[in-house]
Amino acid sequence: MTAIAETDAARKVEVRSAGRFLFIAAIVLLCAWVLVPIYLLFVNTLSSPQEVTGFPKTGIPSFDFGSIQFFVNFAGVLWALWNSVLVAVLTMILSIVIGAAAGYALSRFEFPGKGTFRMLVVMTRAFPLPLLALPLAVLFIRTGLDDTALGLAIVHTVLALPFAVLITFSLFSGIPIELEEAAWTLGCNRWQAFRKVVLPLVLPGIVASAVFAFTISWNEVFAAAVLTIQNRTLPAFLVQSLNVSPLHLKFAGGAALVIPALIFIFAVRKYLFAMWGIANR
Amino acid sequence: MAEIVIKNVAKSFGGFQALHSIDLTIADQEFMVLLGASGCGKTTLLRIIAGLETPTQGEVWIGGRRVDGLPPRERGIAMVFQNYAVFPHLTVFENIAFGLRMKKLPQAEIDRRVHRTAELMHIEQLLKRYSGQLSGGQRQRVAVARALAMEPDVILMDEPLSNLDALLRLEMRAELKGVLAESKTTTIYVTHDQVEAMSLADRISVMNAGRIVQAASPVEVYRNPAARFVGSFIGSPPMNFIPAVKVADGKWRVAGITLDGPQTPQEKLEFAIRPEDVEVGSGGLAATVRVVEPLGAHALLTCEVEGALFRAVVDSDIPVSPGDALSLVPKSDRVRWFDVESGAAV
Repeated sequence: MTAIAETDAARKVEVRSAGRFLFIAAIVLLCAWVLVPIYLLFVNTLSSPQEVTGFPKTGIPSFDFGSIQFFVNFAGVLWALWNSVLVAVLTMILSIVIGAAAGYALSRFEFPGKGTFRMLVVMTRAFPLPLLALPLAVLFIRTGLDDTALGLAIVHTVLALPFAVLITFSLFSGIPIELEEAAWTLGCNRWQAFRKVVLPLVLPGIVASAVFAFTISWNEVFAAAVLTIQNRTLPAFLVQSLNVSPLHLKFAGGAALVIPALIFIFAVRKYLFAMWGIANR
Repeated sequence: MAEIVIKNVAKSFGGFQALHSIDLTIADQEFMVLLGASGCGKTTLLRIIAGLETPTQGEVWIGGRRVDGLPPRERGIAMVFQNYAVFPHLTVFENIAFGLRMKKLPQAEIDRRVHRTAELMHIEQLLKRYSGQLSGGQRQRVAVARALAMEPDVILMDEPLSNLDALLRLEMRAELKGVLAESKTTTIYVTHDQVEAMSLADRISVMNAGRIVQAASPVEVYRNPAARFVGSFIGSPPMNFIPAVKVADGKWRVAGITLDGPQTPQEKLEFAIRPEDVEVGSGGLAATVRVVEPLGAHALLTCEVEGALFRAVVDSDIPVSPGDALSLVPKSDRVRWFDVESGAAV
């Protein structure tokens, strides 16, 4: 009897420790999935060109800035970087202005087709960009928007807008309507109440949503590669020169793309969680 | 000078009729309480007066000016919200000064008014704090101070005390009454708490299902309910009701005894009496005591009269215990009669 109980208990401990092992293994695997590529990227970026192509690897960066120097001096890189920033900033402005307006309307007003609209906002992500690229390119050439920062920013805004709308919707919904009503009774019109009461309260979240839009545009490569020729953004530029450029240029370029995105997303992560309905405070 | 006149105001939300043709006049400097259970339309009516809700029909006049087409800021009102609505990104000082800055008053005048109202509400020491650093009661004070600082013609209050704990509510109630009487504004105060309504109001409007059932002084509402609903809603415990059958003109049979009543064509009425308006004696309503609850000076008896529940409040010196048979004699001048169908007082 006691022997059975003992083996039973032992088995339970075994099962529990096995579950624990699986849990930890899954965590390690997921972390490695994300961290190893980033680590390799950094190691190779911070090594000299000789080290990048050489063998065996040390796995430790030598903090040689030869690769970065080469990358910065590579013809067209700075121009592409400037284009990337320009397009990303335009995307950020457009998606916040349009997205915040839509988010406010969704959270404060009842209108016919509200549910459908919310659905459609998300549906815009369902169309694969390659499918739209050709008609878009034709349309842009006709209207003269091809190969311009604004044209590309408009496409990127479409990509970033669902997130901007959903994030700002949840932000505005988190502000009690009574605060606005109190402002109205205290002498504000609708716009003043928004500016003096709602805006200061949602500003951190709006900034987060703007940064997210920036990052989406910063990393987007397909539309950029199709719709621009002379005024390529950095990702498009790197894709274009992928097979003709040396390895260390690819690594340095990759790092240049990853670092801003990584920093931004890390800075605004709690607001992005808010988008999925997890408490943000 | 801010008399409020509400003419034939109705409001429906989609298919739901929240208010049915409300007519109400509130005198200048009067303290009017809108009392009713939740969902009776009292808050909707207040929000229509504030301009936060648009009536489906009807007119709202404040101080001789028709305001139902005007936005809230042009109505000369200030409002205190149930959840206080203190702006979290501003200090207490800036919260109270908010409306004054919108009016573009000179800084000296803003300082004067903020300090005066803060003193009035005993929150001078909190002026530099933010809403997150305040307790519920303190936030409540800020909300009232912010409304008072506007020196409005009308102050509208939507259940301002309902989020406070019982003791604090008692304290704030007395304080509010004093402060508002001094400010000489017209006040409309929404509550579902009848004790609050009784203690604060000059006049109570009892609302039920989107209608004002009775608008009268607290004592009048308590003593002479205009409808069965008012009698059953106001008073704790509420009025007792017993079916009455006519035996002769002006004579009604109630639970086995014959009482003098109104001379009406109806064959049936409802007899009503407040629990404290019966005396233990002889020749009254035959009651069997079920529960005895001593309350100090009085005892609350829950009895059975003709198979129905009947509550009586009697002097605690009278010895009664569950199971006793009592004769409860209604005080004849306190007996009320209601129509069986319409529930209106007869």
